[in-house]
Amino acid sequence: MADWIENFQNRFYLNFIKDDRWQYITRGLWTTIQITVFAVLLGIAIGFLVAVIRSTHDKTGKMVIPNFICRVYLTVIRGTPVVVQLLIIYFGIFASVNIGKMIVAVIAFGINSGAYVAEIVRSGIMSIDKGQFEAGRSLGFNYVQTMVHIIMPQAFKNVLPALGNELIVLLKETSVSGYIAMEDLTKGGDIIRSRTYDAMMPLLAVALIYLVIVMLLEFAVGKLERRLRNSDH
Amino acid sequence: MTTDTLISVRGLTKKFDGMATHALNGVSADIHKGEVVFVIGPSGSGKSTFLRCLNLLEEPTSGTILFEGADITDKKTDINLHRRKMGMVFQQFNLFPHMSIMKNLTIAPMKLLKLSREEAEQTARELLARVGLSDRADAYPNQLSGGQKQRIAIVRALCMKPDVMLFDEPTSALDPEMVGEVLTVMRELAEENMTMVVVTHEMAFAKEVATRVIFMDNGSIVEENTPKELFENPQSDRLKSFLAKII
Ligand SMILES: Nc1ncnc2c1ncn2[C@@H]1O[C@H](COP(=O)(O)OP(=O)(O)OP(=O)(O)O)[C@@H](O)[C@H]1O
Ligand SMILES: [Mg+2]
Repeated sequence: MADWIENFQNRFYLNFIKDDRWQYITRGLWTTIQITVFAVLLGIAIGFLVAVIRSTHDKTGKMVIPNFICRVYLTVIRGTPVVVQLLIIYFGIFASVNIGKMIVAVIAFGINSGAYVAEIVRSGIMSIDKGQFEAGRSLGFNYVQTMVHIIMPQAFKNVLPALGNELIVLLKETSVSGYIAMEDLTKGGDIIRSRTYDAMMPLLAVALIYLVIVMLLEFAVGKLERRLRNSDH
Repeated sequence: MTTDTLISVRGLTKKFDGMATHALNGVSADIHKGEVVFVIGPSGSGKSTFLRCLNLLEEPTSGTILFEGADITDKKTDINLHRRKMGMVFQQFNLFPHMSIMKNLTIAPMKLLKLSREEAEQTARELLARVGLSDRADAYPNQLSGGQKQRIAIVRALCMKPDVMLFDEPTSALDPEMVGEVLTVMRELAEENMTMVVVTHEMAFAKEVATRVIFMDNGSIVEENTPKELFENPQSDRLKSFLAKII
């Protein structure tokens, strides 16, 4: 038993304390959080735009060309792996441009997430009774005003939990950022592994950190869901 | 068209996609200022379609609708400006569930008529008092009974100071004991000479409040007259059999 504890202490020292290796984890975590937060914001912006175009087309038959572009976007993004998208955007599209890797990662994951957000938001818009739309129009609101003041606030509220889940998915997906040599949380653990030749301890630490964040987010989403379900309005 | 004509409908037709027959077959009618016109007829006869064409919630297939002299079926007309003057009350209330009652009542006057919050709330409070719901200003729609919701929906339309009110079966979704409170509000509106077009199955109410009743069947106006004449002295067979069925 004493042996085991001493062995553990030694490995812990080697992997995290020596040469301040814990900083690979903390810096990596910070990078992961930054990518995730900015990508989700970009994803929500793209997702809302695409959702509005798609549901405007569904409702009115207008916006044929923008709707077509949106459908191509959705098909391509949802039909290909995010790693491949990331590599294409980094080595292909931005190859000759001098641009920070962080920005590339945010763009790639944002574009990817936008496709999923779009379908979430679209289902939210479609779930609003058409009487709401008619009531808005009958008062004299135009199409855009009705969307902004009446439909979107209700749709947004309905899809908040689903957007929370998308955030969780995205957080985990950013773990492939190492493919473009970003030092995110996963890569941080992997760097320690390559220095110490100990795979289990750094990678388990990384897994544990993801798990804790995901569980916290899930707890928050669950709470939000219950609050929305119980609220009077 | 006389000077007191508010809405003038000519040759209105409507065919829904995928429907073999027309929902409206060339309907012509005039609505004059201060009139309370009731539209009755069997289910599927086109009453709602007719009413919803008046503010273009339903786009007519052909025909013209003049509202206050403007041809609102003309593509160049900005229908949103005219809809402000045409209040509409729906069978399903369609209050905005994410807004308090006060917000339901003030959002359109504030955003569209650019009233200040004070002005809009002032108007809303006066109208709430008139329908006996002053104490519900801060409630949310799903905290209200059906009858209360419909009274609020009427007030929401009135807050825009419309020139005409359109009602599509305003009491059909209500429990029987709540019908009266809504009819009372409508009766008071009629007494104040609000121009109204009402689609309803409440024949007794039509008899009492209407200045004119239109009977529709199969997408056409079959007969129209004062309520007394129409109900007591129906001319067409179709109206006779309709009245026989509902009494
Ligand atoms: N959105 C729609 N799409 C297709 N057909 C429709 C639509 N709305 C109405 N119709 C059809 O048009 C015809 C007229 O319908 P409308 O709703 O105007 O009748 P109504 O007189 O209001 O009937 P009710 O008393 O049942 O409300 C019906 O045959 C109906 O099925
Ligand atoms: Mg109807």
